[in-house]
Amino acid sequence: MSDITNLSATEIAAAVRGGTLSAAAVTDAFLARIAAVDPQVGAFLTVTADAARSAAAAVDAKVAAGTDPGKLAGVPIAIKDNMCTRGVATTCASKILDGFIPPYDATVITRLQDAGAIIIGKTNLDEFAMGSSSENSALGVTRNPWDLTKVPGGSSGGSAAAVAARLVPISLGSDTGGSIRQPAAFCGTLGLKPTYGRVSRFGLVAFASSLDQIGPFANTVDDIALVMEVLSGHDPKDSTSLPIDAPELMDTSNGDIKGLRVGIPDEYFADGISEPVRAAVMQVVDKLVELGAVVSHVSMPHTEYTLPAYYIVAPAEASSNLARYDGVRYGNRAPKTLSHSDLAEKTREQGFGPEVKRRILIGTYALSAGYYDAFYHKAMQVRTLIQQDFVKAFEQVDVLITPTTPTTAFGIGEKSDDPLAMKLSDICTLSANLAGVPGISIPAGFDDAGLPFGVQLLGPALSEAMLLKVSRAYLDATHWNEQAPAL
Amino acid sequence: MALSPDEVRKVGSLARLALTDDEVEHLTPQLNDLLAQFERLQAVDTTGVPAMSHAVPVVAYLREDVVVPSLPKSVVLAMGPEVDELLGGFVVPQVLAGDA
Repeated sequence: MSDITNLSATEIAAAVRGGTLSAAAVTDAFLARIAAVDPQVGAFLTVTADAARSAAAAVDAKVAAGTDPGKLAGVPIAIKDNMCTRGVATTCASKILDGFIPPYDATVITRLQDAGAIIIGKTNLDEFAMGSSSENSALGVTRNPWDLTKVPGGSSGGSAAAVAARLVPISLGSDTGGSIRQPAAFCGTLGLKPTYGRVSRFGLVAFASSLDQIGPFANTVDDIALVMEVLSGHDPKDSTSLPIDAPELMDTSNGDIKGLRVGIPDEYFADGISEPVRAAVMQVVDKLVELGAVVSHVSMPHTEYTLPAYYIVAPAEASSNLARYDGVRYGNRAPKTLSHSDLAEKTREQGFGPEVKRRILIGTYALSAGYYDAFYHKAMQVRTLIQQDFVKAFEQVDVLITPTTPTTAFGIGEKSDDPLAMKLSDICTLSANLAGVPGISIPAGFDDAGLPFGVQLLGPALSEAMLLKVSRAYLDATHWNEQAPAL
Repeated sequence: MALSPDEVRKVGSLARLALTDDEVEHLTPQLNDLLAQFERLQAVDTTGVPAMSHAVPVVAYLREDVVVPSLPKSVVLAMGPEVDELLGGFVVPQVLAGDA
């Protein structure tokens, strides 16, 4: 049994399609591992064992009938619980969505199922994907598989922990300001935030619509490539979905990076980046040079304004998106209210946690009469300047390398009373969302306490294939991604 | 620029959040920490810089004008916390003044 849970998604799909392994056996093996290990980790909010077994049986029937079950045949996949799953509770880890059972599937769910993947459950997150440690969940604690006293990062902490603990080979997260890359770094997995518009957002519960993007976690580059081929591509149900076909990503197996121009943006190594993290990034740079890359320093002068610009734009959009939770059409409702506004105010007061309230308040304030120009309009202008920094940098280099996070994973409870300190753990990842460019966090070794380092690679829009090629070159040479926590 | 507790209450009302006194006391300094960060943006010269709402151009793609089914009413109503199945609607407290 344990052998199966050590297989990559690529290996599982090949074996299932080839008839040498049944999807049922794969599903049972991962369900058994979840039952044994997840009580310690707390990655899952819901495990859909029965539906997973039915889906596996359907895949096996296709194999028996000689029809192709799809690229992800028999691969168990965990879904961050802010993506709608028909007939399965979708909570956003919030009390306000208590009892909400979506009547439809997000486009990513449909695409995974059409490709033969087995949806095995829904994972924990910071409430409405707002946070950096998953501690803002109203529904449970998720622990870092490398050290159960540490946070897994967030907001997609459950999805990152599930992949790191080998409870699934692939999971989906969403990334609005680093919510895939930051937990990937803390948990020692790969985590890709695709180019804005690459993956459909239809059925993703909206946080900040101009920044949100769905992406995968996995332990191998091949697995990221495989699932991205399935997830990507135009969706008429998402007006911001790019009219571009899914890229061929498995075809990056040639990890030749000779002559690749790697840029070090000096502003990403400012105060607050811990010395061990800085050293870890430089070791990656050295390895890339050894493999033939050419390194130079670049300047991105508006980097210091990323945090304030982000924390105006994202909460402004959130305050608008979350206005829909008024206790009328779905989710929880406060009892015994006197008027429509009383119903909304009490439902929201009782249903939202502190971080969601802070962001709604900040966003409402930034959009209110008299402050719109000073805050929101100014932030949108600075966003343009931040994107121009990227455009200029990519005239000089092919890829940027930065820390994913200023430190390795911090302790549970360490920053939960200091919202600003918590936000600083996303300082290296926010800019990619503002600029719409893709970014990946890859494992890059361990600190003295045995906690994983993550290094971030950023590329121009639609450069996912290049990011995977660089990731592959580095990991083929170091094998950091093959390390697994002892659980 | 800093928010007073009363201003936090007012923003709460705009955001349809009935904040408790304890919350206002706790949230006010936290919101002001973040507002202090926003002040730094005033140092950036943005004269003539266009405002960006989306990082990629958002185009209104046209699709075939084909009628596709919506969710059945019964399925939508099944999500509601309080519904009137006979009338086929969500029940809310009285909106207009007058005889109940």
